[in-house]
Amino acid sequence: MKIKVKVNGYHKTFDVNPDEYLLDTLRANEYLSVKKGCDNSSCGVCTVLFDGKPVPSCSLLSMKADGHEITTVEGIQKDAERLSEYFGEEGADQCGYCNPSMALTVFALKKEIKDPTDEQIKDYLVGNLCRCTGYQSQHIAIKKYLGDDQL
Amino acid sequence: MKIDHFYKASSIEDAYEVLTKNSKNAIIAGGAWMRLSSKEIDTAIDLSELGMDKVVVEDDFIIIGAMTTLHSVESNQDILQLGNGILSQAIHKIMGITIRNLATIGGSVIGKYGFSDILTPLLVLDTTLEFYRKGKISLEEFLDSKDKEPDILINILLKKQNTKGYFYKMKKNSLDFAVVNVAVSNTNGDYKIAVGARPSITHLAKEAMHFMNQQKVISDVVILEAVEIAMNEYKFGSNSRASEEYRKQIAAVYVQRGLNEVTR
Amino acid sequence: MKVVNHELPSIDGKGLMMGRPAYTDDLAERNSLIVKVLRSPHPYAKIIKIDCTKARALEGVELVLTYEDFERRPFTRAGQGYPEPSPHDKFVLDQFVRYVGDEAAVVAAIDAKIADEALTLIDIEYEVLEPILDFEKAFENPIVIHPEPEIHDMFPIGFEPLKNVAASYHMEVGNVAKSLSDCEVVLEHSFYTQAQAHAMMEPHTVNARIDYQNRLMLYTSTQTPFHVRRIISQVLDYPLSKIRVIKPRVGGGFGGKQAIHGEILVSAVTLRTGKPSKMVFTRKEVFESSYSRHPMRLDIKLGADKDGTLKAIDCFVLSDTGAYGEHALTVFMVAGSKVLPLYNKVDSVRFHGNVVYTNHTPAGAYRGYGAIQGNFALESAIDMLCEKLQMDPIEFRQKNMILEGETSPIFAIMGEGTEGTAMFMESCKLDYCVTRGLELLDWKHKYPRKPLDNNKVKGVGMAIAMQGSGIPYIDMAAATIKLNDDGFYNLLIGATDIGQGSDTILAQIAAEALGTTLDKVIVYSSDSDLTPFDTGAYASSTTYVSGNAVLKAAKDMRKMIVEEGAKALGVDVSEIEYDGIVIKTKDTEMTLKQLSNRLYYNEDQKQLTSTNSYVGTKSPPPFMAGFVEVDVDTLTGEVEIVEYVSVVDCGTTINPMLARGQVEGGIVQGIGMAVYEEVLYNKKGTLITNDFLNYKIPTRLEVKKLTTEFAVSYEEAGPFGAKSVGEIGIDTPPAALANAIYNAVGVRITSLPITPEKILKGLNEKRGQENGK
Ligand SMILES: Cc1cc2nc3c(=O)[nH]c(=O)nc-3n(C[C@H](O)[C@H](O)[C@H](O)COP(=O)(O)OP(=O)(O)OC[C@H]3O[C@@H](n4cnc5c(N)ncnc54)[C@H](O)[C@@H]3O)c2cc1C
Ligand code: FES
Ligand code: FES
Repeated sequence: MKIKVKVNGYHKTFDVNPDEYLLDTLRANEYLSVKKGCDNSSCGVCTVLFDGKPVPSCSLLSMKADGHEITTVEGIQKDAERLSEYFGEEGADQCGYCNPSMALTVFALKKEIKDPTDEQIKDYLVGNLCRCTGYQSQHIAIKKYLGDDQL
Repeated sequence: MKIDHFYKASSIEDAYEVLTKNSKNAIIAGGAWMRLSSKEIDTAIDLSELGMDKVVVEDDFIIIGAMTTLHSVESNQDILQLGNGILSQAIHKIMGITIRNLATIGGSVIGKYGFSDILTPLLVLDTTLEFYRKGKISLEEFLDSKDKEPDILINILLKKQNTKGYFYKMKKNSLDFAVVNVAVSNTNGDYKIAVGARPSITHLAKEAMHFMNQQKVISDVVILEAVEIAMNEYKFGSNSRASEEYRKQIAAVYVQRGLNEVTR
Repeated sequence: MKVVNHELPSIDGKGLMMGRPAYTDDLAERNSLIVKVLRSPHPYAKIIKIDCTKARALEGVELVLTYEDFERRPFTRAGQGYPEPSPHDKFVLDQFVRYVGDEAAVVAAIDAKIADEALTLIDIEYEVLEPILDFEKAFENPIVIHPEPEIHDMFPIGFEPLKNVAASYHMEVGNVAKSLSDCEVVLEHSFYTQAQAHAMMEPHTVNARIDYQNRLMLYTSTQTPFHVRRIISQVLDYPLSKIRVIKPRVGGGFGGKQAIHGEILVSAVTLRTGKPSKMVFTRKEVFESSYSRHPMRLDIKLGADKDGTLKAIDCFVLSDTGAYGEHALTVFMVAGSKVLPLYNKVDSVRFHGNVVYTNHTPAGAYRGYGAIQGNFALESAIDMLCEKLQMDPIEFRQKNMILEGETSPIFAIMGEGTEGTAMFMESCKLDYCVTRGLELLDWKHKYPRKPLDNNKVKGVGMAIAMQGSGIPYIDMAAATIKLNDDGFYNLLIGATDIGQGSDTILAQIAAEALGTTLDKVIVYSSDSDLTPFDTGAYASSTTYVSGNAVLKAAKDMRKMIVEEGAKALGVDVSEIEYDGIVIKTKDTEMTLKQLSNRLYYNEDQKQLTSTNSYVGTKSPPPFMAGFVEVDVDTLTGEVEIVEYVSVVDCGTTINPMLARGQVEGGIVQGIGMAVYEEVLYNKKGTLITNDFLNYKIPTRLEVKKLTTEFAVSYEEAGPFGAKSVGEIGIDTPPAALANAIYNAVGVRITSLPITPEKILKGLNEKRGQENGK
């Protein structure tokens, strides 16, 4: 079945199965920043923005994306780059597998909550697991990034 | 999960017609829970286009469309006000934001999940469900009924009233399912208590509620007695998350903390 | 120092955050065959019939492989130096399956859907055998898990498969029985640890193709690319020279990728079909069908005098290696060799035990292997002993622990699977780590407990730990440095970055020694064709062993530059002053840029490259003290971890920020093992905790506050004074948390993880006893 999706600002047509999930559709179409970690919406590394909201692409049927807008990290390169500099300053990047999804979720957080508290930041990102960093350095990096962004 | 066909319904009538055509057809809401099942579906009926994802606030009710995502529900200002925001709190403790942007309130109610953190607070608020065929029935009645007829949930209605609420989800880490969840409410002296994820499905502690509602003065002793009554009317069980004994012991602690809080 | 010991951002973080294709599956051929495995539903069974006719006939299926398609050639999947200290007890596919999730058959098809369907079309019949699911019943059980005649060890490791023993070991210094009988106070207790899962975010992933030179080329998410190449060659009997293994970016390993996973299967598929193929483990396969940490029972006996002098340690360990024996002996030995020397002043010490087979998911390497299990047992037992002695546990440790300049006889006796290497602690700031940690947590005001509101109690606890830095006389690393025109370098290393930042810190070492900046050192690592050898990312070896190789190669390069500079300037080498940028004599000078351009294009043209390698002659341990503050709810057993303080001696931190990342990541994994990560099997032997919905790793909400500091320390033998830091962080949390919870509520939990339910049960028993009195 054909679906029409706007990916990172471009109109695309994908041919998908009725039980195909968006993660697989995106990777098959070379959006390789979207990672697979669990395939059951419990790790967060497959996060994409669906009409601007972060969702687990491993659990969103591709058919449901028909007529909607999808953003992957390829579509927010400037923001990802800026965030990566804060991560770099805190040593908050290790294997990096969780990082594209982190960039997208932080992007959404920034749009949704003004001046988030520590707890709000953690709450918003709690579904984005990271096994490498122990989280604290990421948290500091994100907080600084959001703080500077308000200026 | 296997799906042979995907159908975007153009109206509820249309959806209902397709749903009843084949027992292997199914409504698909967020699809998050269905993702985990190994069901084989002939036609998946998508309700996304029907505008059922809104929260409408009327004088006496908050009406939540069944397709409203959990995150929209938890962020709604009126829902945040109702019963100290226990529904929002409960939803907020479910997984991460990404799932809550996908999963719907309708899918959460319809599934009658034993682990549900949503049914427990809904039970102690005054909740009515509106189905396409069955019409309006109370949540309590729905949970008790064995009716397996296919139907479509359209709305969830919360009665607006001045309620003090308490909710606690005991879980082993922030992304876990509940070991038990407890909701307690007090609407002008009318107490409601529900304990879910025991691990079986939530229900009200009717005898304990009745006992509380008869009291003129709510003292610590009264609360302790109510807790004891409640614990006697609930059946607890063991599973991989916890044993029966543990569940029972902590449920008592949290029902007590809840009653204290809504009495204050 | 200008580059080393500076907090520089990693060289790859930006590109990865921006989502550039870098990981194994990003680099697979788009038309790869999808390789899937039919896995055993039984913990122990014999395949009595396997008919693949229907599966093979399905359109889109390219190949179906069963045990009948492979020669019987036992090997070990463990990525270790050769010959390996692990038993060769595994066949690519076998007629027997030995745990739920073991491989029964392999399918390669043009897409995932067809591959899945083909799996259902394989007609397989099992004779179900009675399994061993309790590791305490495995030893000499009449059920034998590995009766195959062909399996063997490579050198004596105590391998006795007919007794279900994959490895065993015994050592004793002094006479433990006698010392214990002389002691005024003796403590005896058993401790249990669980099969923690690595839970790296990137699942095991591999793909293969035949390249245009007709060679087999693999991208694989591994910690040991060179061992992978060797094992594939040995097992498939395919020339080593015709195999190229590339390790691209790896999404976390923690030891979980220190063994062969899908590599042999995709190689077999690609060699047989000539087509590219790939395999990405499902999360369930990662949990069920890769491997986990070795669960252990550790029986500890400690003897001391009333004045608090520790006299004897006796440690018997029973380790469960599951269905196969990867790292069976080495993990087990580390439970002694990297734990017992902490208390080096004892008269006698014994360490012995068995590693047994069971029909569970195999166990293998995992960050802090052996050490975390041993540390939990010993450091819990020390606190228990102190209570018996009525002595402050800090004072006790300060009195008995290892200090700078000291040694332990264990170093010489116990290595990893072999004899060890004697060494003195030339750098050991453990005493500082302890005193500084006490200050940072404000221990004085919190120890042992403080009642809080709402039935909660605050408690604090601590533990000390040590690790190693590589395996002496076995781990070899090599580095090549190449000078380019314009005066920048390529650093080619076999060392394997799996996210721990080794590409960055090795480039820092090179830049420091070359007198240049980090951006002038371009790193390429872990490609068996293009980079020199390195044993891989394990045993905390990269900073120390690979770092030393890089340092040597860089020094060589510097010398060559000076020589070429002298030639170009027409002077003797002794007249040259070189700061890494400008080559000077008294009256002339030339920049490196000029020299390098000249060497490429103008005069006396040549390519400067230097290669050097390093093998350790000792394994200097990093040390740490971990302190934790918890709030425990006495009515529900729930624990909140308020703060974790780590003070670490890892020598010089090559990059203090990345070192902190290693410690903090380790601490949180250790916290996971200590309190959250429960491993459950059902009665049939199936793992229940086989996804992230059931296996709970810490999230960012569990982590309240981590305080991490480094001691000022310098290890002469290390590159710029560095020791290792990759594993040490994980070791202390289980014991520190057990001790803190005990200090808070008086409940001693000796089996991991420490769940609220166990705590409440302990509290109930305590209350029962108190009421009884
Ligand atoms: C990983 C994960 C973890 C979770 N953890 C928790 C938790 O801790 N606590 C908790 O309470 N919940 C939890 N949930 C459940 C979640 O909150 C939702 O309840 C669940 O996902 C169902 O919502 P959905 O929109 O995804 O429904 P779907 O998966 O689309 O549908 C679920 C079922 O409801 C039917 N259905 C849906 N909508 C309608 C309708 N309008 N009319 C008739 N039938 C309908 C479908 O046919 C299907 O049978 C979790 C879910 C996931 C995926
Ligand atoms: S892959 Fe989608 S949440 Fe893990
Ligand atoms: S950096 Fe590896 S999972 Fe986050």
